[in-house]
Amino acid sequence: MENLTKIVKPIILILSLLLCCYQPGMAGIIKVTASQPSFSIQQALNEAQPSDTVLIGPGQYKVADLQVNKPVSIIGEGLPVLDGQHTYQILSIHADNVKVSGLKLQHTGISSLRDIAAIKIYQGKEIVISDNIIEGAFFGIYLSKASRCLIENNQIIGQQQTDQRSGNGIHAWKSDQIRIIQNRISHHRDGIYFEFVTHSLIYKNLSQNNLRYGLHFMFSNNDLYIDNVFGQNNAGVSVMFSKYVTMIKNTFRDNWGDGCYGLFLKEITHCKIYGNKITGNTTGIAVEGANRMSIELNSFSENGWALKVDASCLMSRVNSNNFTRNSFDIVTNSSAVAGNFDHNYWDKYEGYDLNKDRTGDIAYHPVSLFSMIVANNPTTMVLFRSLMATLLDKIEKIIPEFTPVSLVDNHPLMQALPI
Amino acid sequence: MKKIIKYIIADILRSKIIIGYAVLLLMISLTVFNLQPSSGKGLLSLISIVLIIVPLISIIFSTIYIYNSREFIELMVSQPIKRKTIWLSFYMGISAAMSLAFVIGVGLPVMIYSCNAIGILLIIVGVLQTLTFISIAMLAAVYSKDKARGIGIGVLIWLYFSLIFDGFVLFLLFQFQDYQIDKLALILTGLNPIDISRILLLLKMDASALMGYTGAVFRASMGGQAGILTGIVDLLAWIGIPLWLSLRKFGKKDL
Amino acid sequence: MISIQQLTKTFGKLTALDQISTELPDSTCLALIGPNGSGKTTLAKSILGIVHPDKGQIIYKGKNIIGDFAFKSSIGYMPQIGRYPENMTIGQILDMIKDIRGEKHLDEDLSDAFSLNKLLHKTMRSLSGGTTQKVSAALAFLFDPEVLMLDEPTAGLDPVAQGILKEKILLEKSKGKLIVITSHILSELDDLVSAVLYMQEGKLLFNKTIEQLREQTGQVRLSSAIAQIMQSNPIS
Repeated sequence: MENLTKIVKPIILILSLLLCCYQPGMAGIIKVTASQPSFSIQQALNEAQPSDTVLIGPGQYKVADLQVNKPVSIIGEGLPVLDGQHTYQILSIHADNVKVSGLKLQHTGISSLRDIAAIKIYQGKEIVISDNIIEGAFFGIYLSKASRCLIENNQIIGQQQTDQRSGNGIHAWKSDQIRIIQNRISHHRDGIYFEFVTHSLIYKNLSQNNLRYGLHFMFSNNDLYIDNVFGQNNAGVSVMFSKYVTMIKNTFRDNWGDGCYGLFLKEITHCKIYGNKITGNTTGIAVEGANRMSIELNSFSENGWALKVDASCLMSRVNSNNFTRNSFDIVTNSSAVAGNFDHNYWDKYEGYDLNKDRTGDIAYHPVSLFSMIVANNPTTMVLFRSLMATLLDKIEKIIPEFTPVSLVDNHPLMQALPI
Repeated sequence: MKKIIKYIIADILRSKIIIGYAVLLLMISLTVFNLQPSSGKGLLSLISIVLIIVPLISIIFSTIYIYNSREFIELMVSQPIKRKTIWLSFYMGISAAMSLAFVIGVGLPVMIYSCNAIGILLIIVGVLQTLTFISIAMLAAVYSKDKARGIGIGVLIWLYFSLIFDGFVLFLLFQFQDYQIDKLALILTGLNPIDISRILLLLKMDASALMGYTGAVFRASMGGQAGILTGIVDLLAWIGIPLWLSLRKFGKKDL
Repeated sequence: MISIQQLTKTFGKLTALDQISTELPDSTCLALIGPNGSGKTTLAKSILGIVHPDKGQIIYKGKNIIGDFAFKSSIGYMPQIGRYPENMTIGQILDMIKDIRGEKHLDEDLSDAFSLNKLLHKTMRSLSGGTTQKVSAALAFLFDPEVLMLDEPTAGLDPVAQGILKEKILLEKSKGKLIVITSHILSELDDLVSAVLYMQEGKLLFNKTIEQLREQTGQVRLSSAIAQIMQSNPIS
């Protein structure tokens, strides 16, 4: 996993450097200032030639759906404020090679019919959106049919409204090769939303306090997300109906409450989950339908349920993870779960290691009978840690009758892994 | 009354059983805190132990003490002092001595290794458990003349509250699975002092697990300050009602 | 003087006291005797307030004392089996009861005669049965009560201690006190008692002075006198 990071990091660096340094030669500069309202930003955009830079001076600008139809750079000086007056979209991009940087975009309109965004890309490529602040937008940055775009170092704060009156922080639809790097997103519906997005990277973002998911994947394949922090979102992170999604070194924490997950996986295949920290969630990772998934080198701690897998998980691997201080480590609704659960560290393991090979000499069954009872009838949780529950678990350990025999760690580690 | 309480406390504190009880608790606490890497997990193990041992020892020790004091209680009754005063003095004397043993055995190590809100709540709940089961023991003792039977009843009561009752709850929760049973579960737990203590403590510890699954009723009713207060009031009722019943019976009893 | 009127007590089907009416005059050492289960213990415990009678009254100084705990400051009780909290010392027991009674005037004749002062630090657990009885006796007389209820007082005491206790009983009787002794051993009561209350199956058979008994039977010894009455008045 360390190796993977080593490979990925330079690639990202080179790619972002290339794009940042990309300045079309012989470009003109058009200035817009707040003190000269007769010359508006839209006029500047109209007059600009391809490759020109529109430089916006500090101050307040009331704008209504600025149209960008040619490859220009829109650069803010001293953080100018572009205000959508709670009615309009702010920037609509219909061209390639557009750069938007250094702006504060606020107060877009809110609509139940249209997806109004602070910045919306309608089919474009090589677009860079960096170092902006977006506040109180319906959607923050909206990409549709975009490719090879970079969204970097933006701060996107939603309006803390209800689900219906709140859009996503960064929303991508039918896009390819998008890079979303070092953004901070909060108080939106979903922090980052991917639908039909492929070959994309999400790196070092902080997505928290969102109304639904910190990150939400739908039908998006061959994507990679690394080193992000998802915390205190209402429902955690959700990856659904996707293939070849790789999740590395992320932190999923403090997603508490009814139906809350650190990470929720549904109908996914060939996904890899490596080196993540999953801490303090009601359910750490919940999996409903997964094929050839591997969960390795993660640390699960202080979750109610660390890992919840249902019967439709096939050929999955859960190896070399740490399970510490979770109320329940693994729960399943079925007594027939297929997969490999070897070489994990379980703090509830009570076995011994006489041959000193650092793995316990007796196998460990991480599913307790009581956790299965609770999975069937949640209210029985009132008996959690009662003598009754403890006895049931002990008896089941001696004579396994209900818990899945196949869900077993044959080589439980004696010491936690340094993750 | 103070005079009698003082002498009863002095008597019990010199009893080998009570010293053994304090030492046992102390050893368990120290072992648990030293073996577990985090004090949080130590506290968790301690909770399970406290919820089993404290009620058991409280109920058995006080039943035996009351039966052994039978002749002495007769002598006291022949003295110019109200029966109520005698009975309350015995209750308070036993309670004070056993609570002290608990505070030394569990309270001290908790204060040293895990002095936080949960630790303090554990000490409070442990003392309330002690008081509850002494109260229940005195009710059992006042209704049964025979010592062996009295102790047997004490053990049965303990078994009922620690195991049988929960089995019954489990059965009911599955019987009425198709209905909204959160409230039923909540009421049922209130009917068992061990359950209510456990849930009070767990809501402070494994809150995520409980909150996530048993839903809004539990969180609304038992989470937060009001919940702790409700739980403590419930435990106080468990102390007060058996004690009051035993007091009434003792007032009319032929010794 | 204690006056008992229509005193009745039942335990389930068993009638322990069946409408007992009699008088226990002052300056009397009364032997309360009868076979096992005759109700004599129930009668004594009723006076002590340890048992609640179903019906009837116990009048002392013009007041019904059933359910009246204040009356007990006029009474001293020596139980048959003295069992005290094991880890208390003799000193603590004495102090505790003194604390409860709160009386200034103490009669320490018996505790002096039994040399209990030397044993004050001993725990009750370490005492022999006889010494425990001495503590019980000393406690009963300690507050100079007007009525003394003694249950098998001489049982378990060595002959010397028995002598001391008997002397004390006679002395208190001469002061005008009422002393009620429950006992099986009639021979021991010969030189002590001045009246006999005989009970059988919850009924009062007779309550007579020793003179009346001797006159009636011509027997000098108490045991012989009782035996003769039993033969002439057989109760089936």
